Amino acid sequence: MAGGMFEALSDRFEAIFTRLRGKGRLSQADVDEALREVRLALLQADVNLLVVRGIVARLREQLAGSELSQSLTPGQQVVKAVHEELVRALGGQALRVTYAPRPPTVVLLAGLQGAGKTTVAAKLGRWFKQQGRNPLLVGADLQRPAAVEQLRVLGGQVNLPVFSEPSDPVTVAKKGLAEAVRVGRDVLIVDTAGRLHIDEQMMAEVREISSTIEPHYTFLVLDAMTGQDAVATAEAFHKALELDAVVLTKVDGDARGGAALSVKEVVGRPIAFVSTGERAEDFELFHPDRMAGRILGMGDVLTLIDRAEQAMKKEEAERAVAKLAEGRFTLDDFLSQLQAVKKMGPLSGLVGMLPMVPKEVRNAQLDDSMFKPVEAIINSMTPAERAEPAIINGSRRARIAAGSGTSVQEVNDLLERFKQVQAYMRQVPALAGMARRASKPGKKAAPRRKKRR
Amino acid sequence: MVVVIIVVACAALALAVIAGLGFYGGAIGPRRRRRGMPSGRPQPALAAPPSRPAPATAPTTAPAPTAAQAPPVAQAPTAGPGAGPASPVGTKGPEVGERPRLLDRLGKARSLLAAQLAGAVGRGRLDRQAWEELEEALILADVGTSTTAALLEALQERARRDGLSSSSQLLDALKEELAGRLAGDRELHLADEGVTVWLFVGVNGVGKTTTIGKVAMSQRAVGREVVLAAGDTFRAAAADQLEAWAERVGAGLVRGKQGGDPGAVVFDAVQHAAARGAPVVLADTAGRLHTKVNLMEELKKVKRVANRPPGSVQEVLLVIDATTGQNGLVQAKQFAQAVGVTGVVLTKLDGTAKGGIAVAIASELGIPIKLVGLGEGPADLVSFDEREFVEALVPAG
Repeated sequence: MAGGMFEALSDRFEAIFTRLRGKGRLSQADVDEALREVRLALLQADVNLLVVRGIVARLREQLAGSELSQSLTPGQQVVKAVHEELVRALGGQALRVTYAPRPPTVVLLAGLQGAGKTTVAAKLGRWFKQQGRNPLLVGADLQRPAAVEQLRVLGGQVNLPVFSEPSDPVTVAKKGLAEAVRVGRDVLIVDTAGRLHIDEQMMAEVREISSTIEPHYTFLVLDAMTGQDAVATAEAFHKALELDAVVLTKVDGDARGGAALSVKEVVGRPIAFVSTGERAEDFELFHPDRMAGRILGMGDVLTLIDRAEQAMKKEEAERAVAKLAEGRFTLDDFLSQLQAVKKMGPLSGLVGMLPMVPKEVRNAQLDDSMFKPVEAIINSMTPAERAEPAIINGSRRARIAAGSGTSVQEVNDLLERFKQVQAYMRQVPALAGMARRASKPGKKAAPRRKKRR
Repeated sequence: MVVVIIVVACAALALAVIAGLGFYGGAIGPRRRRRGMPSGRPQPALAAPPSRPAPATAPTTAPAPTAAQAPPVAQAPTAGPGAGPASPVGTKGPEVGERPRLLDRLGKARSLLAAQLAGAVGRGRLDRQAWEELEEALILADVGTSTTAALLEALQERARRDGLSSSSQLLDALKEELAGRLAGDRELHLADEGVTVWLFVGVNGVGKTTTIGKVAMSQRAVGREVVLAAGDTFRAAAADQLEAWAERVGAGLVRGKQGGDPGAVVFDAVQHAAARGAPVVLADTAGRLHTKVNLMEELKKVKRVANRPPGSVQEVLLVIDATTGQNGLVQAKQFAQAVGVTGVVLTKLDGTAKGGIAVAIASELGIPIKLVGLGEGPADLVSFDEREFVEALVPAG
């Protein structure tokens, strides 16, 4: 999905820039035309109109008259500049959680109805627990029927105690704090009722909760699907409570999440966490680069391009893809790819950036020590064996195992699994299709690029 | 460019397989996952029973209709003997029937859009700036770029044809365009015979359960018996939340086990309604993101089961939060494709969000908005009226 969107956006740019080929610089008119597309893309991603204006203005300044890059097409160059601008806008000072010298460290959650505060309370509790803390959850949402019950169940799932009582929210919060002190819990997470930012009575209530328990951290819980109004919401909550950070929820859907950017721009507070699923463990620290890519609909492809370009010769990659498209994929190809990939940085980070890798692979514990035995085994094969693994008989296996310092069993495993990989590559039509598509313009583009250099 | 990435992806995949991470086979082809139960991971200690129940009812996947196996039915203890169906319960009873006016409730939203367009109105002239301001106002209302473009195009056509010359004429034309696109069937339909089922669907946190409570209230107010089906068996305490509503409005409630089969719950609710002579079942479902294939499959199954006689699904209502941005359109498409949405319920319109996404849904997908949520009170859910909505959205010219 992300890959597709990326293509869509850069395709649009390519259309604009085809007539630019041969020029050395982006003219004002070119930039304006490209920026109209950027504006549209950002609006479609739900970035607030006024925020879009600011970003587009900054980009205009930056792009006008900039030199065309040698290695990037003008379209890619603009996408890259936009991406970098968004990362800057989303990033900046990240939230660093420090703990109160006199515990408990108090965290207050607030937000609109249905943003996911109660779920976040439990997830945040789990996160603090993983940091070696002992949180107490406080259910101060006495408005929504069964909200406290929900928190109790979720608290049970992550093995955390929950305090609440049927009195009033301010009292519950206050007693929750006293309870934490009494039983020695060092983090207090207070869930509050969802409220509209224009509901004066409810906003006064949450202000009173805040002034009673004096939280060290106040988080706004914000739905990633929120549209233009995210700005109004965030401003109002910030004014009432002085936010420290934002927790972005429902990031596991396909919303582009422009609200994150809007909020960051208007309140200037970082996005601390994202909630990426319904299970308690689906909760992670915020990465500005991932979110920037998402808003532009392109994963982290650009970071990847940067690194890949440094690690792999284009011709080499094109040859490999052409082979893939034909359904051929040899141990030799695999070895040279591995060597390129190794140069691109830690494997686990790389895989996270790929738009089309199955989640199972992304979540697997990939680490670089995996390269070693695989490389050793393949390196111990003759070129003929690498091209045609079928000829590897028993005595060849023994030789390869001895040469690579592994066992025959390991060699067998590798050969067996490589067969599966080959089958898999053939079986994935999308991959083959992409490879075919990519290899065609690639072949045409290659000589032109050479000339430029 | 893409070339390099393909190579990296392939290499990573291949390495993962070869290093024996064992995802092969699992990663390929659709993977079915029961929610809350990550495969191969130990379950955290749950308050609810740990065994993932097949439907609370029977060993087969088909919900069994026998009364002995039916999930517990919590008949709401309506306030004693005096509380007949004609007297809606709850302390806020008197509100029923007094329909809050959209115009009053939308005061803030209205002023905001008005502020956006004030410049254009004030100048009076229909210049390029007026068009730009109109475009921006629509974008800021979450109408979205493509519907906005379509609206502007239609208006420009009108301007050429009818010779609009002032910005107030433009606003009047906008109102007409909007109202035309928002017109549609507002009825909540009842089946001629059997038990009518209204199914409520949507992503997480949009207000499905609350909406059901309010619809139940209005049905009770016209003297109709309703049974609520607690089909959200996933979210912790969702059934408790619905039960609170059942008690408040005096409706029947059928609930199953936490984590149980929602289809079974809805089926039992239909049986219960038939036995009790209640004409309508309001079926809650767990919030689900439209991107989760298995959950959308589950929803299809719920609808199929609800449609078994005597059950008859007359409405599939997609609940959308007014603060939702452009993803709302994607949601509507996906839900419509899966279960055939008959109408939209636009909730939380009492904030500053203007709910323009509903305009996009109505005009691009032709799905009518049927109900609008205007506040937290039980009577704050009203039927949609496009004239009123448009008047509230667009300032007087």
